[in-house]
Parts: sequence; structure tokens; C-alpha cells
Amino acid sequence: MTPRDVAIRACRDALRIPSLVLISGFIGFGSLAHESGLDLSLALISTVIVWSQPGQVAFAELSAAGATALAIVLAVSLANARFLPMAVSLMPLLRPGLKRKAWLYLYAQLLSVNSWAGCQRAFPQLPSESHHIYFVVFAAVCMTGGVIGTLLGYFATGALPRPVALGLVFITPVYFAMLFAGNRARPVVVALLAGAVTGPILFTVSPDWGVLATGLLAGTGAWWFTRDSA
Amino acid sequence: MTEGVGIWALLLMAALATYLWRGLGVALSTRVQAGSALFQWVNCVSYAMLAGLVARMALLPIGSLTEVPLVDRVGAMTLAFVVFFVTRRSILPGVLAGVISLIIVTSIRAG
Repeated sequence: MTPRDVAIRACRDALRIPSLVLISGFIGFGSLAHESGLDLSLALISTVIVWSQPGQVAFAELSAAGATALAIVLAVSLANARFLPMAVSLMPLLRPGLKRKAWLYLYAQLLSVNSWAGCQRAFPQLPSESHHIYFVVFAAVCMTGGVIGTLLGYFATGALPRPVALGLVFITPVYFAMLFAGNRARPVVVALLAGAVTGPILFTVSPDWGVLATGLLAGTGAWWFTRDSA
Repeated sequence: MTEGVGIWALLLMAALATYLWRGLGVALSTRVQAGSALFQWVNCVSYAMLAGLVARMALLPIGSLTEVPLVDRVGAMTLAFVVFFVTRRSILPGVLAGVISLIIVTSIRAG
């Protein structure tokens, strides 16, 4: 496969379900931003520089509610702790074929659940030197979808029938659930089940620290109990 | 209510606080070999975090989904899983079943 073939394939894969999911998911964020009194430019820029739907939703809600700056930054940051293990587990796969490793620091900004999961699916069928090309193209299409969704959502506030607007917001969790349920590797299946049970419980205990604690507890437990089967 | 320059400064701080995790992940990843035990562990932590986040989004949402009763959200998600497994793990039919059933139930409740 030439680099061009890989880029075309990444573009095609991303334009299927991921871009639709991102557009609809970010329609939810765009309309929330409008309702929360944020500027359109601020909403669009936040999609590019934060690039995390849960984090951006927390930002819009907390700033509209008049939370303190420290509380907002802490909540957004902790909601996004997943990027640390996601980057650690994806970047080693992007290194082959990449001449300047410093690019990885830019690539990290493009990283999202969609591109991470999309790469996990596609990489086994691609030569390892072309992984970084696949990632950049796939992730760039995803981010473009997010920006388009934010724009649509900002102007569509109130124009959509309420049940449809709610359905669009529901796409993100349903899609991710289906995407992860396709995994068959035993450590991953155990980690997913443990995380799905632990996550809501720990979120009730601490909305800020819940995600991080879930990853460490459920992830470590799953890894420990499946070590021999990996 | 934060306004004007304040909200932009706040956004920038939130973006930096998010990038911190991404950048730290890249820095730490240079010491991790693909396939090693450490790599497997980090992979498990990632999946557990993401599953926890998705379960939280469906069961304890923040934002507009709080308008939808828990039983409707769980019902729609369950239907999505049933269709997903019946169609031999095809994502699109599962997602459509979940989303369309949620829209229908919500419309019926709205009268």
C-alpha cells in the first residue's frame, strides 16, 4: 500500500460512521454553547483546542452556572484524563516511519476516542510504517466533523424537534458502546466490563476524580487477572 | 457569570489543562514498547476509562439527556446491544436501533 492508498482509506473510513457521530455529537455541544451564552467563535475554537466533548460540555455548563475558574479548569482537566493512557497506548504504534518524533506532540492534539478506536481497528491490516499517515488523515476528518457539528448546533438550537435533538446527543454513547463491544481480546473485554460497572459508581462518589479512578482501578484489575491470556 | 476576556482566558486554561494529559502521554510513550506488559496495562486502563465514561454518559448524563428518563436510556441502549449482536456485531444497525427507539419513546412521552 502506498502512502496515498493509506490516506484514501483513512479518509473513507472516517467519512463513514465516525464523521456522522462527531457531527451529531457536536451539534449537541454547539446548541449547549448557544444556550449557555458562549460566543460562536469561542465554541468553535474550543472544539479545536480542547477537542473533547465531555470536557467542552463541562466547560459550557460550569461557566454558565458561574463556577469558579479553578473548579472549571479542574473539572475539565480531570474529565479528560483519558488522553494520558490513550496517548501512551497509541503513540508507540505511530512511531515507525515517522522521521521527526516531535510531530507526535502535534498529533496528540488531534487524538480523540474516535481516532483512537478507529486506529485500533485498522492498524492490524496496515503496514506499521503507514500508521502515522492513517492516524493524521482519520483524526483530521474527525476534527473537521466536530467543527461542522458545533457550527450546525449553534444555529440549529431550538429548530430541531426536542426528541430528535436528544437522539443526536444519544448517538455518542451508543456508538462508543457498539464500537467497544466489537472487541474480542479477553483483557480488553474484561477491562470494558469492569470499567462500565465501576465508572458510574465512582462518578457518584466524585464527579471530578471518578473517570481517573475508574481507569486505574478497573483497568489495573482487568490487566492483573488476564495477564496470562494476553 | 464569566464574560469578555475572562472567558477566553478560562478556555485557554481549560485547553492547556487538557493538553497536559495528551503531552504527558506522548512523553511517557517514548519509554513504552508496543506489546510489552506496560503497554498492555496502559491499554487496559484506557479501555476501562472509556467504558466508564460511556456508562456514565448513558446512566448519569450531564446536559440535555437528563430530560430523558433513566428507563428510556437503558432500554434504548439494551435494544442497541441486542440488534448489534443479532446482526453479528454490525455497528450501524445497533446505533440506529438505539437512537431511533430513543427518539420514538421520547416523542410518545412528549405526547
